[in-house]
Amino acid sequence: MQTALRTSLPETELASRANFAPHARVVREQRPVEAGLPLSIRGLRKSFGDNEVLRGIDLHIPAGQFVAIVGKSGCGKSTLLRLIAGLDKIDAGSISFGQDTQPEDIRVMFQEPRLLPWARVLSNVEVGLGRDRASADADTRAAKALTEVGLTDKRHQWPSVLSGGQKQRVALARALVSRPRVLAFDEPLGALDALTRISMQRLLERVWRDQGFTAILVTHDVTEAVALADRVLVIDEGRIAHDVVVNAGRPRERGSAELASLEASILSHLLSAEDRT
Amino acid sequence: MSLIDSISLPRGVRLPRIDGLIQWIVPLAIIAIWQVASVTGFVPTRVLPAPSDVVLAGWKLLLSGELVRNIWVSFWRASIGFLIGGSIGFAFGLANGLSQLSAKLTDTTLQMVRNVPHLALIPLVILWFGIDESAKLFLVALGVFFPIYLNTLHGIRTVDPQLIEMGRIYGMTDGELFRRVIFPGALPSIFVGIRFALGIMWLTLIVAETIAASSGLGYMAMQAREFMLIDVVVLSILIYALLGKLADSASRVLERLTLSWHPAFQKR
Ligand SMILES: Nc1ncnc2c1ncn2[C@@H]1O[C@H](COP(=O)(O)OP(=O)(O)O)[C@@H](O)[C@H]1O
Ligand SMILES: [Mg+2]
Repeated sequence: MQTALRTSLPETELASRANFAPHARVVREQRPVEAGLPLSIRGLRKSFGDNEVLRGIDLHIPAGQFVAIVGKSGCGKSTLLRLIAGLDKIDAGSISFGQDTQPEDIRVMFQEPRLLPWARVLSNVEVGLGRDRASADADTRAAKALTEVGLTDKRHQWPSVLSGGQKQRVALARALVSRPRVLAFDEPLGALDALTRISMQRLLERVWRDQGFTAILVTHDVTEAVALADRVLVIDEGRIAHDVVVNAGRPRERGSAELASLEASILSHLLSAEDRT
Repeated sequence: MSLIDSISLPRGVRLPRIDGLIQWIVPLAIIAIWQVASVTGFVPTRVLPAPSDVVLAGWKLLLSGELVRNIWVSFWRASIGFLIGGSIGFAFGLANGLSQLSAKLTDTTLQMVRNVPHLALIPLVILWFGIDESAKLFLVALGVFFPIYLNTLHGIRTVDPQLIEMGRIYGMTDGELFRRVIFPGALPSIFVGIRFALGIMWLTLIVAETIAASSGLGYMAMQAREFMLIDVVVLSILIYALLGKLADSASRVLERLTLSWHPAFQKR
């Protein structure tokens, strides 16, 4: 009966966030130095038939950095991300993480949550454990990851009853549960409304600061890029056209003059790329 | 908790009970009108016996044991034929949905055979098997095969490729991928096939039993026709309807249980 009452109440993302925020902010551990992996990309190329999408990407990302990748639609952001995550084959060049990695070390999150509709929230998160799925502490670890994203009370729900933002938080928990050392995001907030986006951005920043993984965020939203990233890469014509460092301290003040002027200069890069086509 | 329960219970319970009654109003009214029409002689009993006569005929056959025996025979044929045809259809659906090679090898052939109406094979089947049990089982199995095959195949092929990619990214083995992603994803479509197959199963059995059988409900109806026992004929038809309804309800219950995750099956 309680569940019936609860589901009958209109529940906004912000309301549920307010609920979990106090519990979710677990004692912040010292930021783990070892957690993230550095990433070196050299001469990376990728074509689809005649379409030369990436024409030589050279990039070094230090361990634990938060990098945002922007660029006009179709410039190859997703392609780059899929190559980093090992989902597609490289044509030429190399990507290395400075050491041998396990599949569980690198996780991706997409714009669509890609939850199994026939599995409860908790078992969806357990999927993220990879080869540790069958281990005895799978439930505990999945429950802990759900707490980190503030969805403890939804663990026994079907995904279909969750809002778009909640589904994406479950997908985040699934990506986090194996304690990845590199986390790649392909426009993870692209389908969310403005308020939910902002609360999700805060959540992303918080888990990144707590866990110290290397974060690579593809986004079309320059505001989001400068709000979250240490560094913004602009991709144009298959190469990294601009590499912009964001020095603002954290937590960042949204709409500050410093971020606004950075945003404006990145936008002007993007617009000049757009004008050439 | 208990307070809330007791307040909201009547609303939760009374509604379905009224709903459950509503659907019986029309059938009961039809039976009542039918009875009145027969008793007053408006409908001659040679054309349609009164419901009371049908019930009486059923009672007599029940006492003689004939009714139970024939229902059992028909039920047995239906289930065994369904199991055989359904399993083969399911197996082919799985194989062709999962393996390109298997699909290339057999799908075109199966699609061609599908265009032969299976009931058109009755003369051939009688030549092969006589009016043996295997004749009926063969026809039912053949009729059931295609809906199950086609819907299993369709279900597997339409599983969201993004979910399959997700499964691979998270390191699922082929077996896990099938168990956790592909099979559950195909299940709604498989159930469509099962419901469809159940209809075909009864239809095939009725036709086969009226043409070539020495037992079963269809045979009982044909025997009764020979002796002009119209009440038994009508009784057989009604029992077929009842069995069909039961099979459909059973598959719905199964569907509701296994697809409880599906938004279409969530009450709230
Ligand atoms: N699997 C594929 N097959 C063929 N072309 C592809 C494939 N994936 C991407 N492309 C092409 O590569 C280009 C870059 O795509 P993508 O990386 O998705 O762009 P972005 O994410 O920046 O919008 C596009 O022109 C797209 O059509
Ligand atoms: Mg993209």
